[in-house]
Amino acid sequence: MVLTLAAVAVVGGCKKKVAPPVPPTAPPPPQPKATLTVSPSSLTRGGSASLAWTTSDATSVKIDEIGTVSASGSQSVSPADSTTYHLTATGPGGSAEATARLTVVEPPPPPAPPVATESDAELFARSVKDIYFDYDRYDLRTGDATAVNENAAFFKEHPSIKFTIEGHCDERGSTEYNLALGDNRANAARTALINAGVPASQVKVVSFGKEKPFCTESNEDCWQQNRRDHFVYGQQ
Amino acid sequence: MKRLAVLLPVLLLLAASMVGQDQIRTGIGVGGERIRIAVPDFATATQDASVAPLNKTFNEVLFNDLSAAGIFDVASRSFYPMGNFAAPQDIKLDAWSATPVKASMVAFGNLGVSNGTMQVQGWLFDTKSPQNPQVLAKQYREQAIDGNARLIAHKFADEIIFRLGGGINGIAESKIFFISTRSGHKEVWAMDYDGAAQHPITHLGSISLSPRVSPDNSRVAFSSFYKGGPNISVYSLELGRMLNFPAFGGTNLSPAWSSDGAHLAFSSSRSGDPEIYVCDANGGNLKRLTQVHGPDVSPVWNPRTNSQIAWVSGRSGLPRIYMMDSDGGNVQKLVDNGYAVSPAWSPNGQYLAFAWIRHYGPGAPGNSDIYIMDVVSKHWIQLTHDGGHNDSPSWSPDGRHIVYQSTRGGGEQIWTMLADGSQQTQLTFGSSNTQPNWSWK
Repeated sequence: MVLTLAAVAVVGGCKKKVAPPVPPTAPPPPQPKATLTVSPSSLTRGGSASLAWTTSDATSVKIDEIGTVSASGSQSVSPADSTTYHLTATGPGGSAEATARLTVVEPPPPPAPPVATESDAELFARSVKDIYFDYDRYDLRTGDATAVNENAAFFKEHPSIKFTIEGHCDERGSTEYNLALGDNRANAARTALINAGVPASQVKVVSFGKEKPFCTESNEDCWQQNRRDHFVYGQQ
Repeated sequence: MKRLAVLLPVLLLLAASMVGQDQIRTGIGVGGERIRIAVPDFATATQDASVAPLNKTFNEVLFNDLSAAGIFDVASRSFYPMGNFAAPQDIKLDAWSATPVKASMVAFGNLGVSNGTMQVQGWLFDTKSPQNPQVLAKQYREQAIDGNARLIAHKFADEIIFRLGGGINGIAESKIFFISTRSGHKEVWAMDYDGAAQHPITHLGSISLSPRVSPDNSRVAFSSFYKGGPNISVYSLELGRMLNFPAFGGTNLSPAWSSDGAHLAFSSSRSGDPEIYVCDANGGNLKRLTQVHGPDVSPVWNPRTNSQIAWVSGRSGLPRIYMMDSDGGNVQKLVDNGYAVSPAWSPNGQYLAFAWIRHYGPGAPGNSDIYIMDVVSKHWIQLTHDGGHNDSPSWSPDGRHIVYQSTRGGGEQIWTMLADGSQQTQLTFGSSNTQPNWSWK
């Protein structure tokens, strides 16, 4: 953008017929002229542009945003925001102004700033809840209905996610009976999910009985931790 | 179900008050009392330097086998006459039958080594039959290594037990299969019946459980996660590798051989619920036996007939022991209170051994102990009383012993006892050793 403003010189003229001749005087000093350009006129934040100016018949040249400058010149600028540069050229013949606007645009959203495209596995781990059981029981507790329903909703929203329900038991009782009990626990959750509309193909079950406890102390807190259906992303 | 009012005749050990049929006393002519036997150390027959350690092993193993057999009262060695008893001419019957030895029988002999070959001569004499004292005379020849000294002692012990124990084969050459964690994984292991020669069978690096050796000792069936699963898996002891066996889907547990080796019973959740199935030994002809929702697991065949199967079901809540015909019909409950698991059918078909928390429930944290029940009368007796969690009983082939796992000494370890609960003996130490299974012969 180039704006050139020329000062208007008013030529005084009088049509009076009779005018005493005026002794000729020195011609008035010429009006200053100025140009200011910026190239490119638009940049993304952090980039730089070249600001260039020319003046004539000026004794003082000033750019507001920079300060006093030479009569002609150029300078690299890198403003954070859009800026209109304003130049004033002052001389014996008056002054002239020129402006140049540099537009700064926002950088494009930084190329995939680690705004994690959360993996399915992470989403699964954050969303799906394990279900716990009473001692020697494999029926779902009424208090766990919410967890079961939320899990079902999640699996229906993500039909591409396949998962495994691991049935676990506490350390008490026989190895063999606990493996069968763990299977019933895993299948209790599977049946509830399928009844809630989750496709059977998404679900696999496995029982670990008391073979892979989450907690290894012999107390009720620990045993309760181990009596569970553990939901695992993926199917082996 | 009643507590056994009479002691179990098969046990022999409780002879005086026993009533009912007698399967072990037949032919031994001494009533139900234990036979008092003397076992002087075998003499060394040669000067070879290797004789002494081999003879030491032999003498220890023979003495232990006869002590453990359950039918003998082995006279203390401190009572024995002084001397060297290498051959019949060294034996004065009076000296062995008199106080303090008071032995009815004396087993003696000698062991020698020449040119790397070990030779053992062994005799069994009846001290009450001066006219014709010789009951047994045996001779063995094997390469002179420690394992063979052990083997010959077992063989000679089994001859004595067979001859004096009513014609029932001894168990000194039998094996016990079990699960051990000592490699870092649950693998199938095996050992001699007395705990010697413990060695791994599988190296699957997974979780393997419930080993059951086939009646002919050629294969071990078990349940393993090594291919996902868990699946029924079969290892050939003859080929030293896994055999092909079908994956049925679901959780597959607790295989059990029929005594003819033709069939396996096991638990599978292939239908979505653990049920009892039977199939051929190669996995063919799969047939479902149970139909009730809830855990069904741990089947065992009646080895006398293969026409009945006992198993554990949680169909009514806590696990209880049931019995049905081997086609799935005629279901009856054998144990209807407490927490009852891990049935094992005795070789003669008469008894079930099982693990039972009899007083079960909040405020009654009873121990899990080993019991045996007469399957006809449903009378039972408790065999373990020494604390800890006791589980996974398995009968010896002669029906006189039971091997099981117990935590009474700390971790899970394998113990044996006579089938009346006496002679508790720990066989394994360190790591975790569980789910013992005694071979069929």
